[in-house]
Amino acid sequence: MISLRRRTVLATGAAALAAPALILPARAEGLAPTPTMRGGANNCRPGAPLVDRIGGGGFLMTGSVRRAGDGAPLPGRRIQIWAHTTEGHERDARSHGATLTDAEGHFALDMPQIVPAFGQPHGHLAYDADYDDGGFRTVFLRPIMGSARDRTLDVAFVLEPA
Amino acid sequence: MGLALGVPLAASSSSPLLAWREPVYIVAGFAGVVALGLLLVQPLLVGGHLPGPRGRVAHRWVGAGLVAAIVVHVAGLWITSPPDVIDALTFTSPTPFSGWGVVAMWAAFGAAGLAAIRRRMRPRLWRPAHSALVAVVVIGTVVHALLIQGTMGTVSKAVLCACVLAAAGAVMSRLRAWAPLLRR
Repeated sequence: MISLRRRTVLATGAAALAAPALILPARAEGLAPTPTMRGGANNCRPGAPLVDRIGGGGFLMTGSVRRAGDGAPLPGRRIQIWAHTTEGHERDARSHGATLTDAEGHFALDMPQIVPAFGQPHGHLAYDADYDDGGFRTVFLRPIMGSARDRTLDVAFVLEPA
Repeated sequence: MGLALGVPLAASSSSPLLAWREPVYIVAGFAGVVALGLLLVQPLLVGGHLPGPRGRVAHRWVGAGLVAAIVVHVAGLWITSPPDVIDALTFTSPTPFSGWGVVAMWAAFGAAGLAAIRRRMRPRLWRPAHSALVAVVVIGTVVHALLIQGTMGTVSKAVLCACVLAAAGAVMSRLRAWAPLLRR
């Protein structure tokens, strides 16, 4: 992993030195991909169904999905969401659901209120390449709410082409 | 001491978070609170600060209870969410408090293990070793507890943690836990 990253850095550096005029403008406007977060995939149920709402709702999970590099919005991407809420634990099927991004690459899913579990009020979101034909790499996120009283959480995905 | 123990125990057994937790998760969290409470009792027993003639005997029994509480805490969390506990035990958890708790757990098992083989150890080594492990237990547990958004009230938790630190520090320094190492 480290050696791979180091190789990438070295290759990028070498390319930048070799052709600065070509590489530098692209890097200046390049949007870095969102890395998978530690624990992001915990208790994921792969292929959770597309839903209009998880449970009774009351908490709004929103976000954007863009392409790394040029930042182009990605419509029709499938985002999976789950959390420990007032209606169930992370492992319960009823705590899971998926939604699609709109034409501007935005998504919003109504779900039950997230409550602190395992020491932090947090959600889980996934872009799972196995359930999407868009040709991007899988990303698992585990954002933490600023306060347990928050009623919304906004999450940005920047996907790396596979 | 009744207040320092009673208030956080009462807070954690009436927390609104409990309404959204299954029994095994509730028991796991409560076992953690009990373990923190026993950490306050332990130095007071060994220092002879609690009523009753046999403080050191009680210290051993409470120590066994502390180990049991830790086991219930970790096992209950494992049943509630296995991947989160595996992350914690392998020090790959996203939550900063997990590692402190795991270090405290192993140090507590170590301190209890030393207690079990005390007669086979040289006395001048035993007390500093047991005390050093206990210092890791106390500091690790306090940081673990303070960083968690859990069922204990914030203020009552901070007060209990301060009492735990003060009691352990005071008894260790009064008994001069490190003194055998200085003797030549």
